[in-house]
Amino acid sequence: MEGNLAHIGAGLAGMGTGIAALGVGNVAANFLAGALRNPSAAASQTATLFIGIAFAEALGIFSFLVALLLMFAV
Amino acid sequence: MATEAESGTGLVFHPMDQFIVKPLFGDVIHWYTPTNVTLWMGLAALCVIALMVFGTTGRATIPSRIQSVAELAYGFIYKMVEDVAGKDAVKFFPYVMTLFLFIVFSNFLGLIPMSFTTTSHFAVTIVLALLVFLTVTIVGFIKNGVHFLELFWVTSAPLALRPVLAIIELVSYFVRPVSHSIRLAGNVMAGHAVIKVFAGFAALAVVSPVSILAITAMYGIEVLVAFIQAYVFTILTCVYLKDALHPGH
Amino acid sequence: MATTSPAADAAHGAVTAPGMPQLDFTTWGNQIFWLMVTLVVIYVVLSRIALPRIGAVLEDRQNTILKDLNTADDFKQRALEAEKAYDAALAAARAEAGRIAAQTRAAIQAEVDAAIARADVEIAERTAEGEAAIAAIRRSATDSIAQVATDTTEALVAALGGKADATEIAAAVAAQMKG
Repeated sequence: MEGNLAHIGAGLAGMGTGIAALGVGNVAANFLAGALRNPSAAASQTATLFIGIAFAEALGIFSFLVALLLMFAV
Repeated sequence: MATEAESGTGLVFHPMDQFIVKPLFGDVIHWYTPTNVTLWMGLAALCVIALMVFGTTGRATIPSRIQSVAELAYGFIYKMVEDVAGKDAVKFFPYVMTLFLFIVFSNFLGLIPMSFTTTSHFAVTIVLALLVFLTVTIVGFIKNGVHFLELFWVTSAPLALRPVLAIIELVSYFVRPVSHSIRLAGNVMAGHAVIKVFAGFAALAVVSPVSILAITAMYGIEVLVAFIQAYVFTILTCVYLKDALHPGH
Repeated sequence: MATTSPAADAAHGAVTAPGMPQLDFTTWGNQIFWLMVTLVVIYVVLSRIALPRIGAVLEDRQNTILKDLNTADDFKQRALEAEKAYDAALAAARAEAGRIAAQTRAAIQAEVDAAIARADVEIAERTAEGEAAIAAIRRSATDSIAQVATDTTEALVAALGGKADATEIAAAVAAQMKG
């Protein structure tokens, strides 16, 4: 079935999820580095941290969605 | 696709079947048919009412356990609205609270085995996100009139760059409901599908212990995700509300 | 997790169901309808009953805590006042005690002084009496000596064959006694 090509595409798109994981880790790591330098300011910035993580993760979710669409809907 | 998997390896993967909308009675789905969506949304509403209404009937100065959970949720969201969106956004507090409680209870109810996760459906999350988008746009124009458009006209940037930035801002403004909704549904759906895939591997006796361990680990991360996604949805709602109320930053 | 095999079969059997149930647009109307119902129910319940109630409870608690803190402050103030009053009473009592002691001391001193004065007067009297007695005795002794001397002189003069002139003898005796 033509699904074979679509499966390859889904696998490629799935890589995006892992790359997004790099982004999320980057956000969290930099937050931690900043928080250890100035712990008193860390508590007020957790909301910003979550917003940043959410934006980074959303793009990974997009690629996951593309993978799902290639697997099931195309 | 599923048949191919069956014939190829003997394993049965149906990771998406858990999201099928089924009528509770009969076969046909009209717009009014009670389905499993109805059931689990109703349960979520019941949980919200049980926590926020029946949990607080005592109105005790020294709260009971359930009442202190309700007060914790109240204080959490109230502080978020006040801190992120500003003091004048407090009148949207019941609205934000509704979104948060609905999402958090839907996510947690969806973690019960054999249950149905309403927030994994784009139909649901897109409506939630569009409600926020429409609220923000309408409130922005009512509150600020034409000045609301200054949100797209970045006065701190050089004049030559402003039209380009305006286009970017405009696009990102209209992408908001898309990312807002797909983030929630995608996260929830991804976690559940991954658990389901691991469950499919459990049919092989050799890998089933690994598979069960993996399911347990994923379940733990899903509990975290269930709360964090509700939190993120709520705090982004607050951020967008801030844009509507104070577009000049 | 609702994958029972009949359900899966039904999903496969359904003509309209694509691979992703999320993209099965025939169920969207149904989901959106029930979502709106749920949201409206939750919103009404929260905004009419739950949130005002919890807000009131939190405000009550805040007020109670503030009131309790005020009461505690009040009590502390009163304790401080009581301590001050106690200190004042103590100081007054101490002053009173000092005053009474001084008074008593003064009274006793006066009594003692009077007694001493009386005693002094008595002693002076006795002394005077004694001195007078001594003086009398001494005078009488002197007189006796003069008498004895006169008599002896008379007798001596008479024994020597002279004629004793009483006045001369007396003068001589007096002269001798003075010397």
